[in-house]
Amino acid sequence: MTDRPIFNILISGVGGQGVVLASYVLSRVALAEGYDVKQSEVHGMAQRGGCVTSHLRFGDKVYSALITPGTADVLLSFEQVEALRYVHWLKPGGLLVYNSARVNPVTVSSGAVEYPEGIDERIAEAWPNARKVDAGALAARAGTVKAANVVMLGAMASALPFTPEMLESVIRKSVPPRTEDVNLAAFQLGLEVAVPA
Amino acid sequence: MTPPEAATAGSGAKADAPELVILSGNEAIARGAWEAGVRFASAYPGTPSTEIMEALAKYEDVYAEWAPNEKVAIEAATGAALAGARALATMKHVGLNVGADPFFSSSMIHMAGGLVIVSADDPAMHSSQDEQDNRTYAKFAKLAMVEPADADEALQYIKAAYEISERFGTSVLFRTTTRTSHAQGVARFGERATPAGPLLELERDPSQQLMMPHNAIPRHAAVEQRLLDLADFAETTALNRVEMGDTRVGIVASGAAYGYAREAFPQASFLKLGMSWPLPKRLIAGFRAQVEKLYVVEELDPFLEENIRLQGVVVDGGKDILPLCGEFSPGLVARTLSAAGVPGVDESLLLVVPAADEDLPDRPPTLCPGCAHRGVFVALRRLRAFVSGDIGCYSLGALAPFNAMHCSTCMGAGISMAHGMARVLDEDADTKNRPVAVIGDSTLFHSGITSLLDVAYNRSNVVTVILDNRTTAMTGGQENPSVGKTLQGHDAPLVDIPALVRSLGITRVREIDPLNVAETQAVLKEEIASDEPSVVIAVSPCVLEYRIKRPAYRVDPDVCTGCKVCLRAGCTALSLYRNGDGEPRVEIDPAVCSGCSVCSQLCRYEAIRPPLTDDGKDA
Repeated sequence: MTDRPIFNILISGVGGQGVVLASYVLSRVALAEGYDVKQSEVHGMAQRGGCVTSHLRFGDKVYSALITPGTADVLLSFEQVEALRYVHWLKPGGLLVYNSARVNPVTVSSGAVEYPEGIDERIAEAWPNARKVDAGALAARAGTVKAANVVMLGAMASALPFTPEMLESVIRKSVPPRTEDVNLAAFQLGLEVAVPA
Repeated sequence: MTPPEAATAGSGAKADAPELVILSGNEAIARGAWEAGVRFASAYPGTPSTEIMEALAKYEDVYAEWAPNEKVAIEAATGAALAGARALATMKHVGLNVGADPFFSSSMIHMAGGLVIVSADDPAMHSSQDEQDNRTYAKFAKLAMVEPADADEALQYIKAAYEISERFGTSVLFRTTTRTSHAQGVARFGERATPAGPLLELERDPSQQLMMPHNAIPRHAAVEQRLLDLADFAETTALNRVEMGDTRVGIVASGAAYGYAREAFPQASFLKLGMSWPLPKRLIAGFRAQVEKLYVVEELDPFLEENIRLQGVVVDGGKDILPLCGEFSPGLVARTLSAAGVPGVDESLLLVVPAADEDLPDRPPTLCPGCAHRGVFVALRRLRAFVSGDIGCYSLGALAPFNAMHCSTCMGAGISMAHGMARVLDEDADTKNRPVAVIGDSTLFHSGITSLLDVAYNRSNVVTVILDNRTTAMTGGQENPSVGKTLQGHDAPLVDIPALVRSLGITRVREIDPLNVAETQAVLKEEIASDEPSVVIAVSPCVLEYRIKRPAYRVDPDVCTGCKVCLRAGCTALSLYRNGDGEPRVEIDPAVCSGCSVCSQLCRYEAIRPPLTDDGKDA
């Protein structure tokens, strides 16, 4: 086997946004491509409206299920504040792909603090190598806003050592029955925003 | 879109299972237990252990159950092992405190079948009240301990644990942490070792199984000899392995910490302990002799370090360098050890990039939209009651904006602690200082009933609120005696909670709809004022588990004054925005709102309205 360095993907979002499915698809693609894979997220109390992160790592041999800040090849963020919160986990030159969605934390819903403005500008300043995606709108165009996570997979695909076809075949097998077409359409829209014509 | 259910454990039970699969550590433990021929498994749910029993329950030929608590689970598994079956009990770390009594007993008696007890520890307390290091339990109870570092080891090692259990006549502590239980990895499937025939009779051997002093005295000596035999076995078992590299640095590690150290110091020599009690004395001394410096890398307590030092082995670095609190990561191990002069670090892990998140809003967990606990905590806050809480989703009542819980320790303690407070508080104390205990259905069955019996029998004026949401919600919705189903889907009788409470001797029993805030508040106020033991039962099924989605409420922007009182409902469906005149107004996200109406009950201006009727009219 050739020497393949470990590829680190950190996914950040909010409970219920589909972080788990995105990790599921990426880890199964990596296994099918012959990589060793480790993935870690925390269940339990963190699910109740809290932020959710998933660490996904693949390479010839992976010992740790956790990524170290400053070493992520890709940060895939499903929410803008959760993108800025984890941007320092990227390695120099790493790629940030983030959803422009805003999900209010309970601290905002309860009026204790305001949702910060100007997140896009702060991200642009902190991390020029960033792709912003309106995943909700694209997913709606594909047929359901629930497929926003699959749009995000499409938007990051060009940064991965996998072909889009490989991702598509695992997505097809991973989504609920009868949602294959809408999810593959969502994936395609994600691919297109990532590589502007 | 959510992942397909049981994509791993379910399909894993088939004969044509793939050779390599991705499993979580918990799913791998279930698979390994099934392959080991386990017939009986019992558990009480607890993060990060819950998914073991959920996955195992899907395999054929295994009986798996939710017990009311961990003590019962270990006792039942001990009985099954005594009857000759391979048996499993699983729990989170603090669950082993509840099960400690039978855990110690299991070490003393001889069982024909293997018994493995899984303790899933939670360094960093992702979902726990403490981060106790349960490795000490193995030493304390004088039995063998096995620790996997990843999913594949979890699958293979639990099979080894059953071999050890039966060969040496010991129960085995199988210790994981959050990062070995919940992390996924590539695992290798094997075949199931089919248990030999049906078990038809119970062997009678009181000298080995009835622990009165005359039997227990010789058994203690046998247990001490067993420890010596296990230590000999630890010298040669494949669970413990030496990986020689750069002889300047030798690292002893087990569990997830091994993976972190392996990546932080890729060239170093390692003694990787998969059987971490009793320790292999000669193996450790031999490894020490081959390296210039010896470091012990372990999360939480210096368990390995202290016991290695006790053997007279010089340790050059351990807890004097590494933290006692929280969980490790490759970066943490790299930074701390290299700062202490350990050579050979992976430099890429030392990069420090400042975080940009100082001013970003926190995203703490909160009650789900539509959760019926919300109405109870709004009422308790308004009454300014002292709330003695317990373990469950309702622990979130402690957080803003409710701030309506003032103490919470361990499972079932809310009621008994309130009893102690009530017994010492002066009769003239203001009623707002009269403690109100809050407990969920599953926690009541776990260890709240005996506490409530204390209140009833010893007559304290505690008000106990039972939040019966018909599930074990915090751990993801497991069956319990308030559900009507068992783990494996069989019908089960429902506990009649009001009748149970009355049978204990409590006559003041009130039932309320917790989503009716005014009623809830009025009933609680009356009960707090009474001088007798009182129980208020709030029945409302969990919106998440029972997928309850009522039509969304809406805000009339011309009536809303932006007073923010509704925001005290602490619901993420609500948010503030500024209208065209720059005035603050509240809006409801209809995709998030579950239509529980609590926010509309808080509104003083009737600005939050029920959904429109079918013909489009205001209700």
